[in-house]
Amino acid sequence: MAKFSKDDNSLVVIIGSGAGGGTLGYELAKKGIKSVILEAGGRHEIRDFSNDEWGMFGKISWLDKRTTSGDWRVAKDFGGLPAWIVKAVGGSTIHWAGASLRFQEHEWKARTTYGNVKGASLLDWPIDAKEMAPYYAKAEYEMGTTGTNNIPRLPGNNNFKVLEAGAKKLGYKKVHTGNMSINSQPRDGRIGCQQIGFCFQGCKSGAKWSTLYVAIPKGEKTGNLEVRPNSHVIRIEHDKSGKVTGVVYKDKDGKTQIQKARIVAVAGNSIESPRLLLNSESNMFKNGLANSSGEVGKNYMRHMTASVYAIFERPVYMYRGTTMAGIVQDESIHNPKRGFVGGYELETLSLGLPFMAAFLDPGQWGREFTASMDKYDHMAGMWIVGEDMPQSTNRVTLSDQKDQYGMRAPNVHFSDHPNDIAMRQHAFGRGKAIYNAVKATKTIETPPYPSTHNLGTNRMSAKAKDGVVNKHGQSWDIKNLFISDGSQFTTGAAENPTLTIVALAIRQADYIAKQMSSKAI
Amino acid sequence: MRILDKKTISRRSFLKSGTATALGLTIAGNLVLGKSSAWAASFDNLGGGNAATLIQMARDIYPHDHLADKYYAKVIEGYNTAAAKDAELKKMIQAEVKKINEASKKKYGSDYKDINREIERVDILKANTSSPLFGKLRGDLVTGIYNNQEVWPKFGYEGASADKGGYIKRGFNDINWLDKV
Ligand SMILES: Cc1cc2nc3c(=O)[nH]c(=O)nc-3n(C[C@H](O)[C@H](O)[C@H](O)COP(=O)(O)OP(=O)(O)OC[C@H]3O[C@@H](n4cnc5c(N)ncnc54)[C@H](O)[C@@H]3O)c2cc1C
Ligand code: SF4
Repeated sequence: MAKFSKDDNSLVVIIGSGAGGGTLGYELAKKGIKSVILEAGGRHEIRDFSNDEWGMFGKISWLDKRTTSGDWRVAKDFGGLPAWIVKAVGGSTIHWAGASLRFQEHEWKARTTYGNVKGASLLDWPIDAKEMAPYYAKAEYEMGTTGTNNIPRLPGNNNFKVLEAGAKKLGYKKVHTGNMSINSQPRDGRIGCQQIGFCFQGCKSGAKWSTLYVAIPKGEKTGNLEVRPNSHVIRIEHDKSGKVTGVVYKDKDGKTQIQKARIVAVAGNSIESPRLLLNSESNMFKNGLANSSGEVGKNYMRHMTASVYAIFERPVYMYRGTTMAGIVQDESIHNPKRGFVGGYELETLSLGLPFMAAFLDPGQWGREFTASMDKYDHMAGMWIVGEDMPQSTNRVTLSDQKDQYGMRAPNVHFSDHPNDIAMRQHAFGRGKAIYNAVKATKTIETPPYPSTHNLGTNRMSAKAKDGVVNKHGQSWDIKNLFISDGSQFTTGAAENPTLTIVALAIRQADYIAKQMSSKAI
Repeated sequence: MRILDKKTISRRSFLKSGTATALGLTIAGNLVLGKSSAWAASFDNLGGGNAATLIQMARDIYPHDHLADKYYAKVIEGYNTAAAKDAELKKMIQAEVKKINEASKKKYGSDYKDINREIERVDILKANTSSPLFGKLRGDLVTGIYNNQEVWPKFGYEGASADKGGYIKRGFNDINWLDKV
C-alpha cells in the first residue's frame, strides 16, 4: 500500500472516498496516476458493521454541525440533520441501497425538454446520453449491476411481491427487481446477496457494491493510491496565479496538516463540497473558490421524495431481504398531462422498527400512530424518487455557527417547487392505488426523510457564467480544481444518482489523465 | 409463510414485571403504578407520584396495549437516574408535572394519572404539546420504546439477521396470500 509524502506536489489529492472520490482514485490508480484520498471519517471494515439501525447511524453518519432553513418538513423535524450522509471510508456507499439506474435520454436535456418552468433554474447538461453510454457500461461492469452484463436480477422478497401484484393489477408493465449493484450470484470475489435486509446499515456479506471494499482496495493494490482516514479537509490553498496547490486538513488528533497537490478533486458530497469551496475564500477569490459565477452552493437538489406504507390483513415482513430490490418504472416518463414535468420511480423500501418509529410520521403520537406501528409486520413500503426542479434559492451557504474546527458550518435551505409538490401528490395517489389494488386496509403518506440524494450545488454547465464546472467536472475558474461528486449534477433526473456519479468519475479520470500527459495541468 | 409468535413473554419477565400488569389491572389506563410502593421506591429522585404520572403520559403518547408498563417505565428510570445529577431536569419535570396536574384538576377534577379515560388524558396532553416535558418525553420514547430489543418480537420485528444467515432460507419471499386478495 502506497504512502505518499505531504510535500509531494505531483499528486492528485481527492477529498472524500465515497461514490465519486473512491471511484476517481481507483480509476486514476489503474492508469498509473498517483493519488491520495483524504477522508474525514474513519475506516470501518465489514466486520465492524452491525444489523442495528441506530447503532450504525451513530457510528458512521456525518453528525458535524449543520443548520437548516426553508419550508421543507425536514427543517422542522430534523433541524440539525438535513441529510443522511456517511462520514467514513466508503462514504455513503456503505449505507446506500444499491439501486443503479441510467438517466433517460431526455433527462440530459431538461431545459429543452421541459421548457421554461417558472422559478426553476433548469439547464441542459453539456453532455448527452450517447456520450455517457460507454461510461455507464463501465460503471455497471465495475459495480456488478443486476440486469446488465448478463447478471441476473435479484429474487423478489415479500415486499416486492406485494408491490408487483398491485402494480400489475393496475396495468403497469415495467415492474421488476431493479438494476441493483448487489451480487445476485458470486462475482468479483464477493458472494451473492444473503437477503439479510440491512442494506442501509452496511452489507455484512459484501454482496452490495461499495467503494470501501471494492474500488478502494483494488486501487490500493496498484501501489498508486493512498487512502488517509480521519483527515478532514478544511481549506483548499492556491498560489498567486490562482492555481490550487494543496489542502489544509485536520488529522485524527485534530492537528493541522498540509498536503501538497498537482490537482485537487473535491468529492465530499453536495453539502460539504460547496461548503469547502466557500470556506476557502481568499483575497483573490473573495466569494470562495471556483465561484466567479456565484453558483457555488446554489441549485441544491434532493430529489422529489416521499414514501407510501400500507397495512394488510395478513403479514408481509417487508424487512426480510434486500431493502430496495423492486421497482415500477412506468411513471418515470415525461408526460406533462399529469400536471408536472419530469417523472418518478417507485421502489420498494423497508425500515426496521426503530427507524419506522422515527420516520413514518415524524413528531406524530397517539393512537393513530401506534395503531400503524402495531401492524408493522403487516406493512409493505415503497419509496418515491422523482426529478425535482433546481432552484437558485435552494442552496448551501455558510452559517454563522462553527463546527468542531472553528470552520463555518453549512446551512441547507430548501423549499419544494410547485412542480415537486404536484409530482409528489400524483405519486402518493399512484402508490396508494397500487397497494389498494391488493386490498390494503390502510395506506400512509410518509414525508421525505433527511436527504440521501444530495445534488447540484457545483453544477456543470455549457457556459462559465451558468455553473461551476465544465463538462468534465473541471472548475471554470481554476483548471487544476475538479468536482467529482453529485454536486456536479446539472439536473437530477428521476433516477437514483450513484451510477451516474460513478460513470462521471470514470469519465473524469480519462480526462484528467489526458490533461496531465499533455501537461495542460 | 413463516409467521412469528408475538406472545413472547418469558416466564422470567412475567414474574419480574409483576402479575398486576400481566393480569390486566392497567386496563382503562388506571395505573396501579402510583399505588405500588415497589415502583415508587425505585424512583427516589423524581418522587413516586411524579414517576407514575410520567409513565402514564408515556403510555398515552405511544399507547400499545400489548406492551407492559415496564417498557415505558424504563425511559422514566433513565430520567430518575439523570435527575440525581441534573438539578435542572429535576426541576423541569417537577414543575411540568405540577402544571399537568393543575390542568387536569381544572378540567377533569383529578390528577392526570387518576383521570380514568384515555381520551380525557390525551385532551390534556394535546393542550401541552409545546411544553418542554412533552417534547422531551416524546422524543426519548421514540428510541426508548422502539429501539428496545425486548419489544421487537411483540411487533413482529426480528432484528439482526446476519448472524442467522440472513433470510435467504428463512422466508424472504414466502408470502402466500397475494393470489387470494
Ligand atoms: C440510506 C441511503 C441509501 C441510499 N441508496 C441509494 C441507492 O439505492 N441508489 C443510489 O443511487 N444512491 C443511493 N444513496 C445515495 C448515495 O449513497 C450517494 O448518492 C453517493 O454515495 C454520493 O456519492 P458522493 O461521492 O457524492 O458522496 P459520499 O458517498 O457521501 O462520499 C463523500 C465522502 O466525503 C467525505 N468528506 C466530506 N467532506 C470532507 C472533507 N472536508 N474532508 C475529507 N472528507 C470529506 C465524507 O466523509 C464521505 O465519506 C443512498 C444514500 C443513503 C444514505
Ligand atoms: S440484503 Fe443483500 S445486499 Fe442487502 S445487506 Fe443483505 S446481503 Fe447485503
